[in-house]
Amino acid sequence: METTSVKPQFSEAAKAEIERICKQYPPERRKSALLPVLHIAQAEFGGWVSPEVQDLVAEVIGIKPIEVYEVSSFYTMFNLKPVGKHVLEICRTGPCMLRGSDELTAHLERITGAKVNGATSPDGLFTLKEVECLAACGFAPIVQVREKYYEQLDTPAAVDAMLTELRNQVHRPALPWEETGLPNALANN
Amino acid sequence: MGRKLLTEHINVEGIDTFEIYRKHGGYRSVEKALKTMTPDEVVEEVKKSGLRGRGGAGFPTGMKWSFLAKPEGVPRYLVCNADESEPGTFKDRQLMSKLPHLLVEGMITSSYALGANTSYIYIRGELLYVLRILEKAIAEAYAAGFLGKNILGSGYDLDLHVHPGGGAYICGEETALLESLEGKRGNPRNKPPFPAVQGLYARPTVVNNVESIAAVPVIVNDGGEEYAKIGVGRSTGTKLFSACGHLNKPGIYEIELGLPVEEFIYSDEYCGGIWKGRDLKAVVAGGSSVPILPKELILKTAAGEPRLMSYESLSDGGFVTGTMLGSGGFIAMDETTCIVRNTWSFSRFYHHESCGQCSPCREGTGWLEKVLHRLEHGHGHMEDIDLLVSVAKQIEGNTICPLGEAAAWPVAAAVRHFRDEFEWHVTHAKEAAQPGAVYQGVLVRA
Repeated sequence: METTSVKPQFSEAAKAEIERICKQYPPERRKSALLPVLHIAQAEFGGWVSPEVQDLVAEVIGIKPIEVYEVSSFYTMFNLKPVGKHVLEICRTGPCMLRGSDELTAHLERITGAKVNGATSPDGLFTLKEVECLAACGFAPIVQVREKYYEQLDTPAAVDAMLTELRNQVHRPALPWEETGLPNALANN
Repeated sequence: MGRKLLTEHINVEGIDTFEIYRKHGGYRSVEKALKTMTPDEVVEEVKKSGLRGRGGAGFPTGMKWSFLAKPEGVPRYLVCNADESEPGTFKDRQLMSKLPHLLVEGMITSSYALGANTSYIYIRGELLYVLRILEKAIAEAYAAGFLGKNILGSGYDLDLHVHPGGGAYICGEETALLESLEGKRGNPRNKPPFPAVQGLYARPTVVNNVESIAAVPVIVNDGGEEYAKIGVGRSTGTKLFSACGHLNKPGIYEIELGLPVEEFIYSDEYCGGIWKGRDLKAVVAGGSSVPILPKELILKTAAGEPRLMSYESLSDGGFVTGTMLGSGGFIAMDETTCIVRNTWSFSRFYHHESCGQCSPCREGTGWLEKVLHRLEHGHGHMEDIDLLVSVAKQIEGNTICPLGEAAAWPVAAAVRHFRDEFEWHVTHAKEAAQPGAVYQGVLVRA
């Protein structure tokens, strides 16, 4: 998939939210807004942050692009490559492993056709990503999709319910500053 | 049934709203502190309470507060560490999502005590949905006059903000957290200078765990001495334990410190015993970085005394026969658990989460993961077992931050208590790697 050459732009609602966030820090410390703004960018631009989107983030905050790249590559939540409509983040750490996360991962690979930490499912719907502890160990095994936790996925029925819910989502859920959610995946990815 | 100081109202319908929270006595500590106490008097009560940092280190909170530098005319900050990521720990997530106003109230009262006029809650990025809940609670508190300018007519101003991380365990380390809050990679800083002198934006800063801050309202309301009467010895008050792994009733339990571990595991009031009618094999009592203990040593100390859920009792015997209370992440493993596999999983976690700044940690965690992987997958050698101990030793004490120790301790403890199982993985390499593997009559690979 190729990225578009058209310069990306934040929606008006996102721009207003970004300015609200920047005001939370001292005026000379706008860089502090970098992580929250990267989250907004990922939600705005189809679940990942392309180099162009990262340049835009640098521009709105008023920092150098390199300052964004070094941060986006350090934190695991930012996807630096195109992803499917839904990124399923499967917790693989000890407590989830004790309650069947290995089996869950294998099951998800089988029924979606996606490869964990690899290819998106052939229908473009699901990307499977293994992550470390999501702090929900008592409800293991866990999958996170965007801002939602799906818990106790230890039966095929629970997994099916999650996938059905996701398949039926045309747009991602709206964020507090939006009237409606954006399409899950944009034309450029 | 022990007293519940933090979670008494956790299941009340609508307790996440300002109105209902207030009806149940919420925000009384703000009124009491701002109207009748000086900031130093609040610090004094927290000191008297004996409250110890609930994030893992167990350092007395009041003492930490008293170290805060207060140069004239320089802003200082309170930052709440809500970067809960220690495997096995999920108490703060529950507390914040169900009782957001308790944390907001604690932040206001604590910020007043420290003289901070801007405070931040740094929450791990994965918990964006909890950030939304907190932001709603904060907006309600502003609307009710508990945040903003001249709170309750006291002349005290406070702004409170929530800041998300981006997915990095290391940001739970307080100086990495501050770097992250400044919009940088989460690389821990060399200390000194300590955050109390140069923290956020090089200003004096206190960083406290969610649960520590949430305990401040009750301490201010009831007085530090009353709080200190609960618990045992220097383990005062109540503590949230997040129980997970092979238990019948995993979940969050607020207990009075000093409860016997055996009661916690087996009583129906708490975890309800081990699942599937199986026997307990081992417990990691305070989050993945504390030493694992076999059943005999978690239920009783080496001296044969019942092991209690307190800072002192859990660490009785040092690292030879004891462990640590840590964050309260209580991971129980049944008799079918493969200790080598579990240790490998934890090492993979620390390798993944090492920030890469210090060579002993960056390289050492990689070695631990690699060697454990080959032992677990049937390609190990007998020398590998001592190699693990040697690598762990070389990490310990040689890094800027405690992630090095956190990675080394679980491996050293697993070899200390379960050496025979590691050896069996070498002598029976093929068998050990197969499902259904049985060692000493016990299924070690389900």
